[in-house]
Amino acid sequence: MFLHEIIIAGFGGQGILSAGRLLAYAGMLENREVSFLPSYGPEMRGGTANCMVVISEESIASPVLNSCTALIVMNNPSLEKFESWLKPGGVLITDSSMVQKRSNRKDIDIFEIPATELANEMGNKAYTNIYLLGKLIKVTGCATAENFEKALYGILSKNKHHMIPEEMDVLKVGMDY
Amino acid sequence: MGQKLLMKGNEVIAEAAIRAGCRHYFGYPITPQTELMHYMAKRMPAVGGVFLQAESEVAAINMVYGAASTGHRVLTSSSSPGISLKQEGISYIAGAQLPAVIVNIMRGGPGLGGIQPSQSDYFQATKGGGHGDYHMVVLAPASIQELYELTVDAFNISDRYRVMTMILGDGVLGQMMEVVDFRDEEIIETYDKSWAANGHGNKREHNMITSIHLDPAVLEQWNIGFQNKYKLISQNEQRYELFNCDDAEIILVAYGSVARICKGVIKEAAAQGIKLGLLRPITLFPFPAEAFEKVLNIPKAFLTVEMSSGQMVEDVRLTIEGRKPVYFTGRMGGMIPTVNDIISKVKEIKEKHD
Repeated sequence: MFLHEIIIAGFGGQGILSAGRLLAYAGMLENREVSFLPSYGPEMRGGTANCMVVISEESIASPVLNSCTALIVMNNPSLEKFESWLKPGGVLITDSSMVQKRSNRKDIDIFEIPATELANEMGNKAYTNIYLLGKLIKVTGCATAENFEKALYGILSKNKHHMIPEEMDVLKVGMDY
Repeated sequence: MGQKLLMKGNEVIAEAAIRAGCRHYFGYPITPQTELMHYMAKRMPAVGGVFLQAESEVAAINMVYGAASTGHRVLTSSSSPGISLKQEGISYIAGAQLPAVIVNIMRGGPGLGGIQPSQSDYFQATKGGGHGDYHMVVLAPASIQELYELTVDAFNISDRYRVMTMILGDGVLGQMMEVVDFRDEEIIETYDKSWAANGHGNKREHNMITSIHLDPAVLEQWNIGFQNKYKLISQNEQRYELFNCDDAEIILVAYGSVARICKGVIKEAAAQGIKLGLLRPITLFPFPAEAFEKVLNIPKAFLTVEMSSGQMVEDVRLTIEGRKPVYFTGRMGGMIPTVNDIISKVKEIKEKHD
């Protein structure tokens, strides 16, 4: 069954929530059922932030997750908090520039991408989450790059549309990393 | 259908209100409801409406009282502590028999509490909150699509009966995004508003809108009128969803976002060979007694699940009147019950009744 329960977690300001919204939007364009649930309140401003995204072929029971099939973590505390939530066979993607700890789990697929460093080399910190999302859509098949691009056009304000070709290059680097 | 958009719950309520012909919004910001105000601040001027951030919740609800008196569709919104501040105004609006819509995106209490989702304002919403023998119609959506549809309905129900209608959501529903499918054109029911206190150039008798009646015999007649209206609402407006109930061993009773979690529980339990159903009240007032009569003989027991210490469960017990065992499980203070929490309670109940 096509069911992706995705958690994205890290510090506020790392683009956690915008990554989740992009995924949900891309999922909608795939004609899937989607839900997006952000953490909210003070943790968005410097503390930990996370969001839960479900992309499913069936109507979604609960947008509130207690486990997940894929996990993107962008800092150490998030790995500690959510590592055990991954179902066996799940996918863990870490920003290895920020996450020094390594998961010991043998029943999941682990991908490490130094996303923050790669983004800094590109001169745009805002690309960090795109590298990780590239890997996610590649290994889970939860959305296609084509629909991800459409999601960028749908969500970003018009004055940022000129950046989208470069973001798509970044996405492809992430997919193949 | 119309236009499919990925939207946040709070924003959908605001857009739905505008589509329903609401052109007056008065409010004061509070987490986790504030995006509703943001949306109104942006959209109301564009559609020729009034957006006003009042100096307090008390001021906002009294502005609602004023605007509703003129017969216009009016909305206010807040979250738990702010709704407490509005209670005096709500009672006055109920006493004056005015249609208006109010949104409560609940957070954990009591007091200033926290900002995480909760359902602990059920008593306040359904049993009063303000003083006097009055009720609001209380609608409990469980998805973004339903937030849209029930907000439009709320304005129609308010106008139909000249009552306040409350949309009772929680932080999960306010903050989450799902796809909403807007109708191309809204069905806006129109009602006689000859009672309204609006300008008429002395062409008719003045209309008087008030909640004060110092002669107790007169006030009792008003109250009898209110009670007859609530009876009529109870006959006409009970809404609910029955899900998977046909051969359920235990029927879960839950509303709003907890009902969504319960649907997840039903799937998980089925995988473990346990048959569960869900009775989801959509109207909390009137409480959907009809639904319980339909399924009463099916399960061994009912299990009410709430993000509270157990508030709706009292209405479940009053409705079932001891004819079936009724159990409760819940979390408080902004904690959300997990699928596993609920399944362990289900197993505990099953052991007792197998």
